[in-house]
Amino acid sequence: MWMIWPDNPVLSAVVLFLIALPFLYGARRPITGLVHALTRAMANPLRMAARWMTAGAAELKARNRQVLLTHGREEAMKSVEREFERVTAMVQRDLSGYPALQRRIMDEITRVEEDYKKCGEVPPPPPEWIKAVETIAGIKNTGDGLVQEILEDIAKSLERIYNRVIAEYRRSYESRHKILKGFQPLWRSLEQTLTKVDKNITGLEDSAVRIDAQMEKYQQITANLDRAEHGLSASASIQFAISALVMLVAVGGAFVNFKLISLPMSAMVGGGDYITANLQASEIAALVIIFFETLMGLFLMESLRFTRLFPLSNVTEKMRRHMMWISLSILLVLAGVEVALAVMRDLIVAADVALKQSLGGAMAAPVETGWITKIPTAGQMILGFTLPFALAFVAIPLEYFIQSSRIVLGHGLVLAIRGTALSFRILGTSIKHLGTAICMLYDAVIFVPILIERAIHSRNKTAAPAIGPGTAREPGGRPRVERLAAGGDQ
Amino acid sequence: MKRLLSIAIVLAAGVWLAACTDKKSHAQAVYMLVDTSGTYTRELGKAQALMGYVLGRLNPGDSFAVARVKSRSFSEKDIIAKVTFVKDPLQANAQKRAFRDQVANFTQGVKQGSAYTDITGGIIQAAQYLNETGAGRKTILIFSDMQEELDYKTVRNFPINLEGIRIVALNVTKLTTDNVDPRRYLDRMAWWEKRVQAAGAVEWRMVNDLDHPERIFEAHR
Repeated sequence: MWMIWPDNPVLSAVVLFLIALPFLYGARRPITGLVHALTRAMANPLRMAARWMTAGAAELKARNRQVLLTHGREEAMKSVEREFERVTAMVQRDLSGYPALQRRIMDEITRVEEDYKKCGEVPPPPPEWIKAVETIAGIKNTGDGLVQEILEDIAKSLERIYNRVIAEYRRSYESRHKILKGFQPLWRSLEQTLTKVDKNITGLEDSAVRIDAQMEKYQQITANLDRAEHGLSASASIQFAISALVMLVAVGGAFVNFKLISLPMSAMVGGGDYITANLQASEIAALVIIFFETLMGLFLMESLRFTRLFPLSNVTEKMRRHMMWISLSILLVLAGVEVALAVMRDLIVAADVALKQSLGGAMAAPVETGWITKIPTAGQMILGFTLPFALAFVAIPLEYFIQSSRIVLGHGLVLAIRGTALSFRILGTSIKHLGTAICMLYDAVIFVPILIERAIHSRNKTAAPAIGPGTAREPGGRPRVERLAAGGDQ
Repeated sequence: MKRLLSIAIVLAAGVWLAACTDKKSHAQAVYMLVDTSGTYTRELGKAQALMGYVLGRLNPGDSFAVARVKSRSFSEKDIIAKVTFVKDPLQANAQKRAFRDQVANFTQGVKQGSAYTDITGGIIQAAQYLNETGAGRKTILIFSDMQEELDYKTVRNFPINLEGIRIVALNVTKLTTDNVDPRRYLDRMAWWEKRVQAAGAVEWRMVNDLDHPERIFEAHR
């Protein structure tokens, strides 16, 4: 239809193009302006959004950092508090007995000293007796029979006395040895007491080291050090992963528990009652029991101070104890109910199997009544009793999960926002460059009139000095002097 | 604590509302028609085994009835046994045993088949029973060769209403004449399908392989 020569479309197109060329050249400025305006209209909002998102991400990161440091500070405070509690308990337990211990040590030392002194006492030889011996020893043996006899008598007496003195001396030594032997338990007792004291002191030193480490961490957090932030982030990520894993295990436990009690619950709340198309009332009841057990577990852990999920700081110690006993009692009752339900489940399953066997026309298998057949029932009962308590401990990983998820999700959100901002920026820049490319393509299509325009301009340029420098201006363009300074028409 | 309490109340209210909004019954009702006419009485053993399977599949709250198809079947007297299971699974179990015994007694008592086969009358009776139960899923099982034979006084050629009911034909045996000309069998089945669909039945199905009775309750594909 548009073809001038229908038999020759190429020639028709070329002629049409040549006819359109002056119009295209004339429309060059408005069209390039339109393209630039359109690309700007698309690119600028994208870049603005990217900038806004980057700022938002930075703000969120700062907020995350604040939360992280606050959380870390609280954790460090809690750790220090716990260490102090431990030290206090140790001091109360051990140091309160130190006066008595000291008295005991002093008594033992005094006894040791006294005994030692006793050991040192050697009976002094009588001086007169020594002198008499020396005098007699000075008498010369002249061979006089009387003297000989007297000397022999003295020698015998001396020998007898000597033997007696030696025996007494030995007895004395023996008694000293006995005293020294009596030292042994005292030394042992002293050694034990001092070892105990040493152990206590070492325990205190360890606690002090731990407190120092926590205090250092606290100081780093307070000083807003990057190292502390990185450490806390890594710790939060690990906590998140571990607590998620533990929660997954707990969910598995809850599922087993659900399977254990959902069937017998139909005997309690009625089977065949549906809440929705696929959800029976008995299943809801079983879920409610499991959730209730978990809730009681949360309260129990909270009242035992294992977790701090609820603001219970204004609850008195007495109330906390009451809360603990109440939640523990309810948990016990629910565990008992689960034991009963486990027995019920076994009955229902056995009856169902027997019925299906009889409906199928099969001969009922002889029922064994030995203790082995009771094992599944016993296993179900044990599971029914222990699972509620196991579920109660889910409060601990739950607390860690909640706390760490805030930090991990915060980091994830910052990453997502930054990623989106980057993609917006890339898209905006691409659109802008696409606009430039379209304009250049347009110029390439109408290159003939542009070349003519440039030739005319270059002729004007040669004639320009006659008019005067610095005033020549292309229509709608920069002053020519500026363009020359900027590197010519290129 | 107040916040927790309010969350718990909102959750409880949500569950209660959900419970209240779903008024549709999710119970199942099954009505099994057993052909006791002519030579088909020889298939009663299979029917009894199938009834056992259906009993095993039903849950507390469901309803089940077994009725015979004879010369004129539009009568409560043709219902051999019927039951709506209680909510307690152990008691429901006892009900199933009693039901099985009742049907077993009947099958032992059947010596001679009826002269005619009023399947339509049985279906109308079944539809009435199923609609009375108010069950959400209603199924009529027809254990027959689907060859309807009526005496000259019996009138059944009028439109029937089977809205919301599934029809499953079971153990549709081929007659001697079907073997001579299989088109008779195919035409018969096509006629029944057309009839029940015109009556508003949600599904028409035929299960001849009784080694796979689970196909009776399979969802329509």
